[in-house]
Amino acid sequence: MTTPVELSRPLTFRERHESKIRQWRLYAHMFGKSFSSMLGLGLVALFLLLAALGPWLAPYPEDTVGAFNMANKLMGPSAAHWFGTDEMGSDILSRVIIGARTSLWIGLIITGVGAIIGVPLGIIAGYRGGWVRAVIMRITELFLAVPGLALALAIVAALGPGITNCVVALSLVWWPGYVRLVEAKTLSVKEELFVESARSIGAKTPWILWHHILPNCMSPIIVKMSMDMGMAILSAASLGFIGLGAQPPAPEWGAMISVARTYMPDWWWYSLFPGAAIFLTVLGFNLLGDGLRDILDPRSRDR
Amino acid sequence: MLAFAFRKVLTLVGTMIGIAALTFVITNVAPGDPARLVAGPNATEDMVTTIRTEYGLDKSLPEQFVVYMGDLVTGDLGQSIVTTRPVLEEVLRYAPATLELVFVAMAIGIIVGVPLGMLSAVYKDGPIDHITRIFSISGVALPAFWFGIILQLTFAVDLGWLPVSGRLPLVTRPPETVTGLLLVDSLLAGRLDTFWTALRHIILPAIVLSFPCLASILRVNRAEMIEVLQSDYIVAARAHGIASFRIVAIYALKNALLPTLAMIGLRFGWMLGSTVLVETVFDWPGIGLYAVSSALSSDFKPVIGVTLVIGFFFIVANTLVDLAYAWIDPRLRSA
Repeated sequence: MTTPVELSRPLTFRERHESKIRQWRLYAHMFGKSFSSMLGLGLVALFLLLAALGPWLAPYPEDTVGAFNMANKLMGPSAAHWFGTDEMGSDILSRVIIGARTSLWIGLIITGVGAIIGVPLGIIAGYRGGWVRAVIMRITELFLAVPGLALALAIVAALGPGITNCVVALSLVWWPGYVRLVEAKTLSVKEELFVESARSIGAKTPWILWHHILPNCMSPIIVKMSMDMGMAILSAASLGFIGLGAQPPAPEWGAMISVARTYMPDWWWYSLFPGAAIFLTVLGFNLLGDGLRDILDPRSRDR
Repeated sequence: MLAFAFRKVLTLVGTMIGIAALTFVITNVAPGDPARLVAGPNATEDMVTTIRTEYGLDKSLPEQFVVYMGDLVTGDLGQSIVTTRPVLEEVLRYAPATLELVFVAMAIGIIVGVPLGMLSAVYKDGPIDHITRIFSISGVALPAFWFGIILQLTFAVDLGWLPVSGRLPLVTRPPETVTGLLLVDSLLAGRLDTFWTALRHIILPAIVLSFPCLASILRVNRAEMIEVLQSDYIVAARAHGIASFRIVAIYALKNALLPTLAMIGLRFGWMLGSTVLVETVFDWPGIGLYAVSSALSSDFKPVIGVTLVIGFFFIVANTLVDLAYAWIDPRLRSA
C-alpha cells in the first residue's frame, strides 16, 4: 500500500499542540519586549525566591524566631547588618527576608479564597439570570458599597486582632470583585454562537459552564489575580501596621513598620527597609498583572 | 431626569439598609459572648448578666435586629465603652477633619492627575508618558503608611518645612466652628495665620492620601484622551486649523472627563477607607483614627459606627456621580 508511514504513526506532542505553542511563543515574545512587564516578572521572581529560600538566605535566621541580642540594639546599616538592627538587636535584613514568606502566603490565601468564592458565583449569576442573578448581584454590590479596608477593619475588630483573623477578614471582602468581573464576562460569552450550538446539541449546563464559559473568562481572572496578589499583600500589611493584623514580634512587614514608627526619626532604617519590601513586592505584582493584561486581554487595557 | 433621580435615591436607601444589615451580621458572627466583650475581662457573672439585659442581648436575633435597625433610624449608633459617650456624637465631631482631608486630597488628585493624563495622552509613548506610567503604577503600589513616614522624615524632620503630625498645634486657638473644616472656618473668621498653619498641617497627609487617587485619575484620563483624540470630530477640528491647545484642552477634554468623573466618585470612597491608615500615621483627629483606636481597645460600637458612616458617604458620592453623569449625558437616564 502507499499510505505514507508518517501519517499512520501517532502525532508527537509538538505536532498536536503546534498552534498553541506558536501562540505561547507570541505571548512570550510580546511579554519579553515590554520593559515594565519584565521588571514586574523579575521582582516577583526575586520575591518568590526569598520566600522559598528565606531560612537559608537570611544571615541571622535565629533573629526571626525571637532571639534577641541587646548589645546590638538599634544599630544603623553596617557590613554585619546591611539593613541595621531593631530594638531587640535582631537583624532587620533577616526579618525582611523571612517576612516575604508570610506575605506571599497571605496574598495567596486571600486572592485564592476570593476567586474560589467569587468566580462560581459570578458564572452562576451571569449564566442563570433571573432572581438568582438579582440576589447574588445585590449582595455583591452591598459588599462593594463599603470601602474594603473599612469593612475589613470592622470584621477584624469583631473577630479580634491577629494574622489569621486578618486573612479571614480580607478574604471576606475580596470576593465581590471577582463576581462582578466574571458576571460581566459571562453575560457576553453566553450569547456567543459556540455556546448556543453546544446547547443545541444537548450539552448539559455544567459542561457548558466548565468547558465553554470558564475558559473564556480565564484571561481577566488571571490578570485580576496577579494584580490582587499585590493589593492583598498591601492590605494585610496595612492591617498589620495599624496593629490589627500580624502581632509583633512576628516578622511581618506591616507589623515591623508599626513598631518602627515609635523609633522615629532617629532610627530611620528600621521602617525604611520593610516598607521598601512591601512597595517592591506590590509593584512587582502590579507590573506583572499589567503585562499579562497586555498580552492576554488587550482590549480591556486601561479600563 | 426627576424619575431617574428618584430611582437613584430609592437605591441609595435600599443599599443603606443593606449595609446596616451587614454590620449587624458582622457584630453577631463574632465568636464569644458580646456581653462579656462589653463587660471586659475582669467582669463578674452578675455584671455580664446585667449588661446582657441592659443591651437587649438576651432577646432572640430577629428581635435584636429590629431593635438595632430602629436605633439606627433614630440616629442611635450605641455608646463607646472607652469614652461612654454616644458614638454618633463622636463620629460627627471627628467627621469634618476627615472630610477636610479627603477634599484637599481629592483636589490634589484632580488638579495634578487630569493635566498629567492629558499630557501623556498628547505625547503618547514619549518620555513624559513613560514617566507618568511609572508614576501611576507606583502610586497604587506605595504603602500609604510607609510613604507617610518617609514624607514625615524628609519634609518635617530633616528639612523642617512642615509640621510632623496633627491638625493644629495645641497652642493655636481653633477658629469658630461654622463648617467644621478648619481651612474654611479660619478664612470665614478672617484669620489668615490660622489658615496658613492649618494648610501646612494638611499638606503631607493630603499628598499621601491623594497618591493612589491621582494615579488612577491619571490613568483613566490618559486612556480616554487617547481614544477621543483619534475620533473624527477631533480630526475635523484639526483639518479646520483650530489651535492645537484649544482642541486638546477644550474639545477633547470635555468628552474624556466623563469616565474620569466616575473614577473620582469611586476613589472618594476608597479614600475614606484609606483615612484609617493616613490618619494613624499623621495623628489626624478624624473618624479613621477614631475607628482604629477604638478597634485596638476592643471598643466595638464606634468601629461599626464609622463603617456605617463611611459606607453612607461612599454611596452618596456614587449616587451624586450617577446623577451628574445622567445630567451631562441624557442617554444614561433610561439605564
